[in-house]
Amino acid sequence: MKKRKLNIAVTGLNAIDSPGPGVSVIRALREAASFDVNIIGLSYESLEPGIYMHDIVDRTYSIPYPVAGTDTLLARMEYIHGKEQLDVIIPNFDAELYPFIKLEAKLRTMGIHMFLPTMHQFEERHKVNLNDFGKKYNISVPKSKVIYDLNTVHSLPSEFSFPMIVKGKFYDASIAYSIEQVKSYFNKISAKWGLPIIIQEFIHGTEFNVTGLGDGKGNTIAAVPMRKQYITDKGKAWGGISISDEKMLDMTRKFLKNTKWRGGFELELMKNKDGELYLLEINPRLPAWIYLAVGVGQNIPEALVNLAMGEKVKPFATYDVGKMFIRYAWDMIVDREEFEQISVYGEL
Amino acid sequence: MKLQKNVAVSEAGLLFNPVTGESFSVNPIGVEVLNLIRADKSPEQISNAILEKYSTDQVTFEQDYNDFVSILEHHNLLDRHEETKA
Repeated sequence: MKKRKLNIAVTGLNAIDSPGPGVSVIRALREAASFDVNIIGLSYESLEPGIYMHDIVDRTYSIPYPVAGTDTLLARMEYIHGKEQLDVIIPNFDAELYPFIKLEAKLRTMGIHMFLPTMHQFEERHKVNLNDFGKKYNISVPKSKVIYDLNTVHSLPSEFSFPMIVKGKFYDASIAYSIEQVKSYFNKISAKWGLPIIIQEFIHGTEFNVTGLGDGKGNTIAAVPMRKQYITDKGKAWGGISISDEKMLDMTRKFLKNTKWRGGFELELMKNKDGELYLLEINPRLPAWIYLAVGVGQNIPEALVNLAMGEKVKPFATYDVGKMFIRYAWDMIVDREEFEQISVYGEL
Repeated sequence: MKLQKNVAVSEAGLLFNPVTGESFSVNPIGVEVLNLIRADKSPEQISNAILEKYSTDQVTFEQDYNDFVSILEHHNLLDRHEETKA
């Protein structure tokens, strides 16, 4: 039987050392059993490698940065939709989720589907609100404090011991061992991602991640925990292995049940030497290592698309434990004309 | 004494803990000892099996065995609560 073909737009084509999830998400979609795909890449920069991976992305259009506002984004999406008849969009960056969530209803009237967290879920899980989130849902989180002013840094040692984590509101985190380092990271991270900055208690232990999918009704459609085996100097997993930790899966199910989370997610967890789990962060989108989930038997991007299209999706019951992913870098040779095409015309 | 449930030991000597994702490599005699532990053999039975097969003395084996077991314990690979049947 011939499978239906869906036109799916995907962001996060920056398969770099701190990679966006786009290329992994597309690989998953191309392996989907329930549909065929025509992939439309959405890019912010002309050097995002996915733009030039023609066996991964069929066509790419540049889109405006979130700072340009939702009207500008909507106008661009209307243009792209006019050319490509999009069925689904999968946004893969934290920073772009806000405008896409705001546009979800409008895009649906155009026939474009997404499966995103609600604005309330998106805001509530924000790292700025992690303390309250932990209290509300009875989940252990490290103590954290939001700061807007460099002058308040001097009072931190009365509340936190060193080392402490200095985090940006969207991305970036550094371990600070002195007030001088806190100040330096405050300036560096706020210059890139803006304010506020989050100061977080440092939990000694081993880092784990769980990716999964919630159906928006409290049910767990998918969940795969992973231990990072090889971590880059930016803290990104360059290699990892699927594990079977019931405590992590329980925490994930509890998170999904209590929040009625809608969409893909990644939980960043720390396990201390006593085996206690702390939730460090909730990323409201699929992670760059999502292809491991496909490799162990849970094609989460495929399930997400089917949910977005309003179909019933059966929860995944199992996955393979002990499967690894190992990332690699690959140099592509690209004609200058292609670079010109995306840079000048915003389409390739 | 038992290995933690689900800990996998390959013939090549790779030990994988699926709960933590940690893996360790052990030498061929380590694999033999692990297989004897998995077969619920007592320390005395393990000692006898190894002494029968290799030219070493009991004191040396016991020292090495205790070191090995403490490393397994350090990495939470043993379940001390399980009683040895043998």
